[in-house]
Amino acid sequence: MRELVRRYGLTLAAVFAGLTAFWLLALVVFPYFFLAETSFRHYLPVDQLGGPNDTFTLSNYLTFVSSSSTTPFLFLNVPIHVYIFIETVLFSSVVTIITFSLAYPLAYFLAKVANVKTVPTLFLLLLIPLWVSEILRSFAWYIILSYQGPLNALLGVFGLHQVRWLTAYNGVIVGLVYTYVLFMLFPIYNAISTLDTNQIEAAQDMGARWWQIHRRIILPHSKPGVASGCVMVFMLSAGSIIVPSLLASPSSRWFTEVIQQWMFESQDWNTGSAYAFLLLLICTIFVSVMMRLFKVRLADIAQ
Amino acid sequence: MSEGVELSAVCCDFGDFRAVDHVSVTIKPGEFFSFLGPSGCGKTTILRMVSGFISPSEGEIKIGGQNMRGIGPNKRPTALIFQNLALFPLMPVWENISFGLEVRGVDKETRRAKAEELLRLVDLPNSADKAISQLSGGQKQRVAIARALAVEPKVMLLDEPLSALDLKLRQHMRAELRAIQKRTGVTFIYITHDQGEALAMSDRVGVMSQGKLQQVDTPQAIYNQPANGFVASFVGENNIFTGTVENVAGQMGTFGTSVGNFTAAIGPGVTRNSAARLYVRPEYAHLQAAPAAGNSLPVAVENVAFEGNFINVHLSDAHGGARIIQMRNDKAIAVPAPGERLHMSFAPENAMILADGAGQPASRSAAQSALEASHA
Amino acid sequence: MNKTPPSRILFNIYVAIFLAFMLIPLAIMGGAALNASRFPSVYPWKGFTDQWFIDLWNDDRMLNAAKNTVLVALGVVCMAVPIGTAGGILINSLRGRSRSFLYGLMVAPILTPGAVIGISTLLFWNKFDVPAGLHLSAFGQVSYIAAYVMLLVLARLQSFDKGLEEAALDLGASHAQVIRRILAPHLYPAIGAGALIAFFQSVENFNVTLFTKGTYDTLTVYVGSKVRTGITPTINALALILITITIIGAAAYEVLRRREESRQEKLRELAREAEVATEAALLTGATETA
Repeated sequence: MRELVRRYGLTLAAVFAGLTAFWLLALVVFPYFFLAETSFRHYLPVDQLGGPNDTFTLSNYLTFVSSSSTTPFLFLNVPIHVYIFIETVLFSSVVTIITFSLAYPLAYFLAKVANVKTVPTLFLLLLIPLWVSEILRSFAWYIILSYQGPLNALLGVFGLHQVRWLTAYNGVIVGLVYTYVLFMLFPIYNAISTLDTNQIEAAQDMGARWWQIHRRIILPHSKPGVASGCVMVFMLSAGSIIVPSLLASPSSRWFTEVIQQWMFESQDWNTGSAYAFLLLLICTIFVSVMMRLFKVRLADIAQ
Repeated sequence: MSEGVELSAVCCDFGDFRAVDHVSVTIKPGEFFSFLGPSGCGKTTILRMVSGFISPSEGEIKIGGQNMRGIGPNKRPTALIFQNLALFPLMPVWENISFGLEVRGVDKETRRAKAEELLRLVDLPNSADKAISQLSGGQKQRVAIARALAVEPKVMLLDEPLSALDLKLRQHMRAELRAIQKRTGVTFIYITHDQGEALAMSDRVGVMSQGKLQQVDTPQAIYNQPANGFVASFVGENNIFTGTVENVAGQMGTFGTSVGNFTAAIGPGVTRNSAARLYVRPEYAHLQAAPAAGNSLPVAVENVAFEGNFINVHLSDAHGGARIIQMRNDKAIAVPAPGERLHMSFAPENAMILADGAGQPASRSAAQSALEASHA
Repeated sequence: MNKTPPSRILFNIYVAIFLAFMLIPLAIMGGAALNASRFPSVYPWKGFTDQWFIDLWNDDRMLNAAKNTVLVALGVVCMAVPIGTAGGILINSLRGRSRSFLYGLMVAPILTPGAVIGISTLLFWNKFDVPAGLHLSAFGQVSYIAAYVMLLVLARLQSFDKGLEEAALDLGASHAQVIRRILAPHLYPAIGAGALIAFFQSVENFNVTLFTKGTYDTLTVYVGSKVRTGITPTINALALILITITIIGAAAYEVLRRREESRQEKLRELAREAEVATEAALLTGATETA
């Protein structure tokens, strides 16, 4: 703080601090606090707010695990919301793994193999889809994968059977991978590009094979980038609303859809916030697991 | 026009570390004063205190008689030339130079004219509109100087400005800086670890070690009459003999070492019980075939280094200590060959017994001090 | 790295496939805007048409939604840029634990699902009787978009020589002058990029906006709802417009970037010549133009 005042004088330092305080307090900390608080309160009609019934309660969370409507899974009857939640987390993890497998080779290529002059241009080409809105990109896949779409038409040209692509979670997974793969690519690229190429050459010189070089030198070095990418993709996938709703099939439901139901159809903001809090919780847990797994600190997120 | 700077018992602490320890010195107006010392001796800290970026923990700094406590760097009559110059990359040369005027509200035409005038002063005509990134190292130096002069400072502060330049350019710029200082009459406070620079350019030099001022004097006095062992070993090369002070008689005394007893001049504050050493400069010692009367010791020639206009002869004495003699490259005098056994002698008035100064390690061979003194 | 030709070829193929994977859907999206087929598709091709663009133009709700989206985006830019810049400058002057803590706090919104941001914003401002609406969408978006701006500014600050600020102070500049003449010009590229990113991030945001917009229409949400109700290629027309704008923008950026690069190269060349001239002058004993 003192350094700030020393460099810029008292007034400007106050301005900087003030703006930052407004941001962090009014737009971040307090809203999350209120989210948590609301999730522990009853859903009450307006006139009962502040009255005797306005107490703290766990009922909103209990709704989550209530057995009032269940779905069979293996040999258990699992509460349906729990089931959806687990499926969401599961498939988001699948998406994370797929995007990693796709993005890592490309990141390595761009950082170490490609001609340095072409890299900015390639990046630009890759960035174009990112600027086109997420919803339009999901919509593109909706067209492609639909039964009357070009993919089936292409199959038809080769005399192959038309396939109903949008079944189960297939469409959602493809859509999520397409939409978020770049968020895995850039952090890994950044991480690999800080690796001294001499290290790779030294390893080659000592006779290492390419998979050994990756396993022992490149991957460990790019851990922060991988962690960052995984966190971003998981968070975006689990919290995605458009992609799962657009590319859904009758048998796929995403957790965010349930949140939407509580907030809009039922107008029950309390249960909605409880579920939103659960979503936040799983993302936070994922971040912590990643940080521990990769031994990485929070200060490694950049784009 | 220019003003003097007075430091009174100035101290600067960084946590537990005392970087500057009770430094007191009065720098006269119009003087070229250098602070000379190894890295970490506190000279940069002093400069930053005078310019106002650090406040002293104790003591006072006065510029032109006015106490500078509480006055920020932008309000002091000083101009600082940074080690990496800190020229503003996004402005052309003339805007850089006239920046100090711009922030004082001077109008554009006057500023431009002043910038051109200063460019002529530093010998860079026709460079007003150039970009900083297209200038050479020497040219950037001059722009930095012009920029500082533009605000007509009472005191100019220079932080090792020549350290990034090549040898030939450095020597050229030394002369340039001195000339500019004489022309403008501004008080220059110059810090460097290069003793050749300090001695060549300054009216007076302050030698520093471990935050303390060791000696403040003219360059000749610093070289010929060092106040203590640190100054003697840091400035120029020296043969250093360890031993004990045997006798003190007025100006002269005797010093006993493992290779003989020698007569030499006594330095300030040296008594029978002082921790002291004997210092003989290489250029005052001679080689002879036979032992001489007075100060003399047998040596063997180890190596002869031809350095251009002089020759360094590296010797070892009876106990294996390394010694150096410097002789001019005079074609008439024979150069000794490695392996020869000779005698090294020196006149008593050319040798000094000096008390140890701050930061002197336990025992240093002549070769070590020669190495350190020839930073360049 | 000395890659043997076969693996290099493999990489090139992979890149080509990846790029195709990324860009072909966009082509199909855009192509369907021109196909006279009621269901958006490119096959079978039923002939060129501009029908969908006309429908788009006549869709008042769409235009209104677009207007609202731009309003929100402008609001977001006006808030996120100053806030993000202030945050970047603030963090840059901190060290140690306070720095990590604040940094974590600032970056957290980026890692938070949009739904959570939207709902929490809604709840917070609702307590102060502020209803849902465009302003709320702006607040919610700023919470994480400011973080992007902050990251850009912080990165740019790493390449800033603190000595320049000190030099300016030393020459007599006031703090405000130091910011205006020295720091701000250095940050302009980051601030410009930040503003651009803020604008486009705001336009394409869906999750936060969904929960905070109240009864207003915004582009993304409106398009999303259309998908449920009835799809016509007007959406594709919109997509084609956006894709075209993006490509033009990207091309312009590339041209500017190349030009700046060659300019810098030229300046470095001049500096090298000046150094050589200095050397020569010194060796021959000349004193000027050194």
